[in-house]
Amino acid sequence: MWQFSVPPFAIFYIAALLVLVLRGRLCSSVMVATPILGAINLWAMGEGTILFQGAANFEFVIYHGDRLSLLFGYLFHLAGLIAILYALHVKDRLQQVASLLYAGSALGAVFAGDLITLFVFWELLALTSVFLIWARRTNRAYHAGMRYLMIQICSGLLLLAGIVVYSRYSDSLRFDQIGLEGLHGWLIFIAFGIKCAFPLLHNWLTDAYPESTPTGAVFLSAFTTKVAVYALARGYPGTELLIYIGAAMTCFPIFFAVIENDLRRVLAYSLVNQLGFMVVGIGVGTALAINGAVAHAFTDVIFKGLLFMSMGAVLHVTGRMNGSDLGGLYKTMPKTTVLCIIGAASISAFPLFSGFVSKSMIMSAAISENYSWVWLMLLFASAGVFHHAGIKIPYFAFFAHDSGIRAKEPPVNMLIAMTIAAALCIGIGVFPDLLYRHLPFDMDYSAYDMTHVLAQTQLLFFSALAFVWLNRRGLYPPELRSVNLDGEWLYRRAAPALWWRCYGSWQRLLEILTKEFRRGQRTLSRRFDSAFSEQGVLSQSASTGSIAAWMLAFLLVLILLWSA
Amino acid sequence: MKPSEEKPGLFDSEKNIQRVLYLLYGGCAVLLVIEILYRRHSYHPWENLLAFYPLYGFLGCVVLVLIAKWMRRFLMRDEAYYDRLEQSADDRKYGGGAK
Repeated sequence: MWQFSVPPFAIFYIAALLVLVLRGRLCSSVMVATPILGAINLWAMGEGTILFQGAANFEFVIYHGDRLSLLFGYLFHLAGLIAILYALHVKDRLQQVASLLYAGSALGAVFAGDLITLFVFWELLALTSVFLIWARRTNRAYHAGMRYLMIQICSGLLLLAGIVVYSRYSDSLRFDQIGLEGLHGWLIFIAFGIKCAFPLLHNWLTDAYPESTPTGAVFLSAFTTKVAVYALARGYPGTELLIYIGAAMTCFPIFFAVIENDLRRVLAYSLVNQLGFMVVGIGVGTALAINGAVAHAFTDVIFKGLLFMSMGAVLHVTGRMNGSDLGGLYKTMPKTTVLCIIGAASISAFPLFSGFVSKSMIMSAAISENYSWVWLMLLFASAGVFHHAGIKIPYFAFFAHDSGIRAKEPPVNMLIAMTIAAALCIGIGVFPDLLYRHLPFDMDYSAYDMTHVLAQTQLLFFSALAFVWLNRRGLYPPELRSVNLDGEWLYRRAAPALWWRCYGSWQRLLEILTKEFRRGQRTLSRRFDSAFSEQGVLSQSASTGSIAAWMLAFLLVLILLWSA
Repeated sequence: MKPSEEKPGLFDSEKNIQRVLYLLYGGCAVLLVIEILYRRHSYHPWENLLAFYPLYGFLGCVVLVLIAKWMRRFLMRDEAYYDRLEQSADDRKYGGGAK
């Protein structure tokens, strides 16, 4: 029997310390062993709680394992293992340590049994992950990282404010259903919403993820947003508002994804789109819907990870990421091409691929609860995701026009990591019960009935037909070197421009005031000079009589004023 | 190896591209035939419309692309759009120094 109960995050934190001092193969071995040991530890711990006696007699629940948190726990260990294998060739200590601390923080957050512990790991997620962006060591990455960090810290502060308000209502700070009642409910909701990339709060994601390192993006895509999905599933299941927020999240990013040139930014938009499906599932709140949301989080981490890995591989070997610069890579990178297509088929929810078995649960739940319009939006988004992630990503990177780039396949560790992810995409797609039986609620559901399969296949085939038709007619927008304005325009362009304008006006005002003051000073000193000069008024002598007359007049005025 | 010396790729020949397209057209045709022959279980009245999913998928994508293309008119800027402002802000802060 397992004797020591180590909280899952601690294993990753200890590994991060070891990686700081170890070198070479030993360092790599420790990194690979960490998620494997962690998963064994988690399996041994199972359901239960670990308390930690803190200051002022507050008991921190640093481990709370139930079906929901355990599934996310296993998912994060799996995602961690794949991402670590993928990044094994990276010898940058900063990235190695930051990625382990980041994965550990994500585990700390999903097993947090109380809100204070959640807050601590919520902020640690932000602090550790930003180094995966800065590690790109470009000017753009530095700025994007700063913006990312500020928004993430804001999310943490809102969470803290919510906890403070909540503590006045409730004796216990256990992390359970919160709901939208009261100020605390809204504060915590928005805090979760920022990390979950709600519409207009999503820009940190599409801004920062594409600026991270090729390997960093794989870690980033797995953890932060899925912690937020977990937090919403625990704190706000069945909140109707989430259905509409989620539906908006599925639809608006796909328009941006179609015209975006940076293929990792296309994936970032597609990440928001997939999060939308999960948020709808949590909002619908039935057992099937929550199961669907959690299952989709699980499959998304793997297929989105696979897509980020394939694009990271392209970036690693070619140094380019714009659709306009790439193309024709299938000739020299056939393995990466096939792996990318498997990821694309999975995100598009083709039958026999993982996205199909999870997304169909959410769609079924939405339709059975009579959210017809939401269901139509999800259907539109499903066609759209195939269009931008399923077709556009592989097409513009590996096919389209021949860019002339003849890059080799990426290092073998990258290929192994991608192969594991691809195998999981197909494995879960073919044997969905492997996933279903670990979902939070027991259910009797089968994705593979004729109706589902036929409907989804028709939707996807005719979406592909639309792509071909638009392309052949020359209606498809070409990939152009450009940026597209999104919500971040407000704080990247409008607010700084306003600030510099105000600052400039203030500077000018100061200049004018200083000039006027100096002029006044000069005039005054001239007057003084002339008054005290030989011919000046104050240098003249006056007769005693006139002085006495002036004094008398002065006294008379005083007496008059006194008596009045 | 230079592009001129290498053997042509699978999709360098128009014939192979046509083959892939015929596969797609064939697939679409088969799916339409199944649509007519198979009485699908429906959860929603809209699903009973003939060829609801094929039409929705096709039209949905066409509308998506055309709207997105139109959005470019007012959303698209040159690549250095943000960089310029950030660079000039840095210059003001650090007196023209790098970072």
